[in-house]
Amino acid sequence: MKEKLAKIREEVLGQIEASQSLEKLNEVRVSALGKKGALTELLKGMKDVLPADRPKVGQMVNEVRAEIEKALEGEKEKLEAALREARLASEVIDVTLPAKKNKTGHRHPNTIALEEVERIFVGMGYEVVEGPEVEKDYYNFEALNIPKDHPARDEQDTFYINDEIVLRTQTSPVQVRTMEQGKLPIRMIAPGRVFRSDEVDATHSPSFHQIEGLVIDKHITFADLKGTLAQFAKELFGEDTKVKFRPHHFPFTEPSAEVDVSCFKCGGKGCRFCKGSGWIEILGCGMVHPRVLSMSGIDPEEYSGFAFGVGLERIALLKYEIDDMRLLYENDERFLKQF
Amino acid sequence: MNTALSWIKAYVPDLSCTDQEYFDAMTLSGTKVEGYERLDKNLEKIVIGQITKIERHPDADKLIVCQVNIGKETIQIVTGAPNVKEGDKVPVVLDGGKVAGGHDGGPLPEAGIKIKAGKLRGVESMGMMCSIEELGSSRDMYPEAPQDGIYIFPQDAETGADAVEALGLRDTVFEYEITSNRVDCYSILGIAREAAATFRKDYVPPVVTVHDNGEDVNDYVSVEVKDTDLCSRYCARVCKNIKIAPSPRWMQRRLAAAGIRPINNLVDITNYVMAEYGQPMHAFDLDKVAGHKIIVRRAKDGDTFQTLDGQMRKLDSEVLMICDAEKEIGIAGIMGGENSKITDEVKTVLFEAATFNGPNIRKSAKRIGMRTEASGIFEKGLDPVNAAAAIDRACQLIEELACGEVVGGMVDVCEPIAPLRHIPFEPEKINRFLGTEVSREEMLSIFKMLELSYDETANEIEIPSFRQDLEGFADIAEEVARFFGYDKIPTTLPSGEATAGKISFKGRIEEIARDVAEYCGFSQGMCYSFESPKVFDKLLLSKDSALRSAVTISNPLGEDYSIMRTTPLNGMLTSLATNYNRRNKDVRLYELGNIYLPKALPLTELPDERMQFTLGFYGEGDFFAMKGVVEEFLEHVGMKKKPSYDPKAGLSFLHPGRQANVVYDKKVIGYLGEVHPKVADNYNIGTRVYVAVLDMPQIVEVSTFDRKYEGIAKYPSVTRDISMVVPKDVLVGEIEAMIAQRGGKILESYALFDIYEGAQIQEGYKSVAYSITFRAKDRTLEDVDITAAMKKILNGLESLGIMLRA
Repeated sequence: MKEKLAKIREEVLGQIEASQSLEKLNEVRVSALGKKGALTELLKGMKDVLPADRPKVGQMVNEVRAEIEKALEGEKEKLEAALREARLASEVIDVTLPAKKNKTGHRHPNTIALEEVERIFVGMGYEVVEGPEVEKDYYNFEALNIPKDHPARDEQDTFYINDEIVLRTQTSPVQVRTMEQGKLPIRMIAPGRVFRSDEVDATHSPSFHQIEGLVIDKHITFADLKGTLAQFAKELFGEDTKVKFRPHHFPFTEPSAEVDVSCFKCGGKGCRFCKGSGWIEILGCGMVHPRVLSMSGIDPEEYSGFAFGVGLERIALLKYEIDDMRLLYENDERFLKQF
Repeated sequence: MNTALSWIKAYVPDLSCTDQEYFDAMTLSGTKVEGYERLDKNLEKIVIGQITKIERHPDADKLIVCQVNIGKETIQIVTGAPNVKEGDKVPVVLDGGKVAGGHDGGPLPEAGIKIKAGKLRGVESMGMMCSIEELGSSRDMYPEAPQDGIYIFPQDAETGADAVEALGLRDTVFEYEITSNRVDCYSILGIAREAAATFRKDYVPPVVTVHDNGEDVNDYVSVEVKDTDLCSRYCARVCKNIKIAPSPRWMQRRLAAAGIRPINNLVDITNYVMAEYGQPMHAFDLDKVAGHKIIVRRAKDGDTFQTLDGQMRKLDSEVLMICDAEKEIGIAGIMGGENSKITDEVKTVLFEAATFNGPNIRKSAKRIGMRTEASGIFEKGLDPVNAAAAIDRACQLIEELACGEVVGGMVDVCEPIAPLRHIPFEPEKINRFLGTEVSREEMLSIFKMLELSYDETANEIEIPSFRQDLEGFADIAEEVARFFGYDKIPTTLPSGEATAGKISFKGRIEEIARDVAEYCGFSQGMCYSFESPKVFDKLLLSKDSALRSAVTISNPLGEDYSIMRTTPLNGMLTSLATNYNRRNKDVRLYELGNIYLPKALPLTELPDERMQFTLGFYGEGDFFAMKGVVEEFLEHVGMKKKPSYDPKAGLSFLHPGRQANVVYDKKVIGYLGEVHPKVADNYNIGTRVYVAVLDMPQIVEVSTFDRKYEGIAKYPSVTRDISMVVPKDVLVGEIEAMIAQRGGKILESYALFDIYEGAQIQEGYKSVAYSITFRAKDRTLEDVDITAAMKKILNGLESLGIMLRA
């Protein structure tokens, strides 16, 4: 019995080692441990063993069985690993083949610039509001201290619907509409489309966008205006951006200023981009004219405020180095896809 | 406005700065300098030389050999110029020097032209004699220069001296951008006053004294102003025994640098005074003024008048005219008449310096179609005090230039001049407003430089008449800020109550529209708000279509931009056409923009501006791809109900069998469809185009950001497939509506999985197959539940004439 057992053990272990595939291995398992397998057959001969020896023999058989099972398991793992390796080796791909992209669309550069401006001001506590594009002459001009026949009306070539209704030439009428609502303090920006009768060329469009800003509160100062716009410029154009305020004139602000930022291409040294000056003009601003406050029902003795207006296209053209404004309204997908 | 710095320095004698310093400082104090150009650009090593000897060139007929004394030495120069003779003093550029241009007067090369010693036909030439064109100028500005040849200096010019200096070219011309409120700065004196204050130097204006001949001007002319509302002051002076001649070179140089061509002493004086004082003047030939009487009155409707440029002008009763006893002789503030024009034979001159109503001049100039330099200044509204000062200055120059004899006195018809304005001086308030700590003394010193006087007892600032722009506290604060320096004002952030920054609900919905469109492959376009009325025909709109009533622009850029759009389709189709013509493949665009619907025409109140979310594409995709984008968007803005689609949209511009209104909660919120092939043709798009337009105001109204978790199903679902034979005219939408209506609470979803028309199906029918899924939240469904629900559904479908397929 013992010899038989040893022989089976030897034979089976040899077969396991020799098996080249999982199928073969399974055959070995069946031939050794199956119902008609060698070991099972051997156990059938147990009845011939002396009862006193049976536990010992039983133990021996079990030991061999365990040994075979372990060997089977080990070989199985080995074979499986080899198979996996072979599969992986056969599945190598050229990862430099082109990507399969989801075809997503692109946002208009104006919108990207606008969203950036909005994010900055919303972060500073400003509300984004809107006003009509076809606007009353009163809001576009008169309430902004530009009476009929004021020379400033010539500076903005206006599209008229009739004597009382115009296409707004600026987003400033939204200032008046906001103030008239009477809720103070005010911190708002008002982006929107504006119109001027300029012929279309590389730097002009009869329709473009502005972003108006208005802050009204007690004790608002010109220094606050400077600080606010300096922070805006830094966030929009980078931390190192310097800001220059130049006196200017707008009928609805006093004092008024135009604001230049240090050229973000050359850092202010002067380049082709800033026409050698090192500065780029980006917006107009000022302290809200007391007369504008009064006309909108706000007491200029108690409240003061500042306003500013930024040309959205100007920012988009500058930031994205677009050299022709007409591209913004052609909607050529090859242009739009670059943003 | 262009002005030589030397002219400014004439009235700010202590001013000393580089061009760049002047540029920067003036811009920072509010007189914006657009740019500057040195008149001696590229003029190097040019001296005054005297020709001592001229000989023929041995080998060239057209050349001569000159010996030229240039001060320390005499050099030999070969030239082809025909106009020089021995003894002439001429500009000579020496070896290694530079001139600005060629002798033909063409465009100046950026780097100038280098001059080197060399040989001309074998004869040594050590430099070049220059024409005025080679010196970068022209005979317009230097009328004494010969037409074709070397510039000749007067005999008293110093040999060997700097020729550029002698020509007055050591100067810089600055170009200013004057803002409309500062009419006083449209003048040399105004800018000089600002420059003096900017550099804290003394301002020394010209001292005007007129000697006159002792006669009385009232014996020569009388003036009557009939329409005083349009002419608040009319000053007249007379000069006699006029001798027309060129004006002196210093005056010619100053005018030339300002871009004004010198003509003769009389014209130059009026131009000079206009530049210096900012007061336009006019000179009449008094002998042509009938009755020696000036009448200022409105024209009559229908009058015509010949201006001194020879043009006939149509007048109306709002145009102010200068007339004599018999006729009209000038359009006030705009241009004089042919009939009183000064000629070289003039003996006696009547000078006019007047103050006209600015808005009236502006409107008249526009209506007549003639904006002149004078009208451009008058329309800003002039200071009446300046009129008298300017006319005296002109008379002074007549005497100084020996151009004639000034008759004593001035006819002055003047409305009462408004008293000077007083503004309280409130230094603390100014500092509070600016956020500064400027001392009271510093403020007062700024005011003093600007000629604003301080009345200590009243504690008020007195505003001079030429600063009509200073009206109140804020204006005074600006003067302090400008000369204290905008750059020195601190930077702070607003204090006070914190406010919540936010984007409006509408803005957030638009953001989602952009996001969804872009996820689905659409790029954002932007189109103009105005377009051509021809668009309506292009879109095949019926004659009575409501979309044809559009807001019309009264002064459009042209018919193609004359109406405010009532539909976003033209913009979308035009953009797609642009892409199609440029052979871009599979283009998908979207736009968020307004349409403008008038409530009534002609417009009495503002039109209804409605934001439209417009999608369009050609190439890959079909009607149902577009429908998918629409539904994707509606889901993302919280519109949970299933939209329905009404094929009877009746839209002329869409394919009649491939269009639908999008209906949500029984309201039409937009439409989609394939563009009508004829319309596509009208836009030259040679492929199928799909569009969808959603009306954002309606969508914003029903959108929501509220979301509630509904749990994830715990119990299994049961799916039943049904295959039906459906009459052809029954829409799948009707089947779905029936399933939804009859399915009961346990209906979870339904999905079309097959639709077929053809051979195996009886004529007039189609085969449609659906998967219907049921599920209960609280239990596992049993067969009886499903059977009951299915029975209800099938009964309903039967009522539509639908049979189950065997």
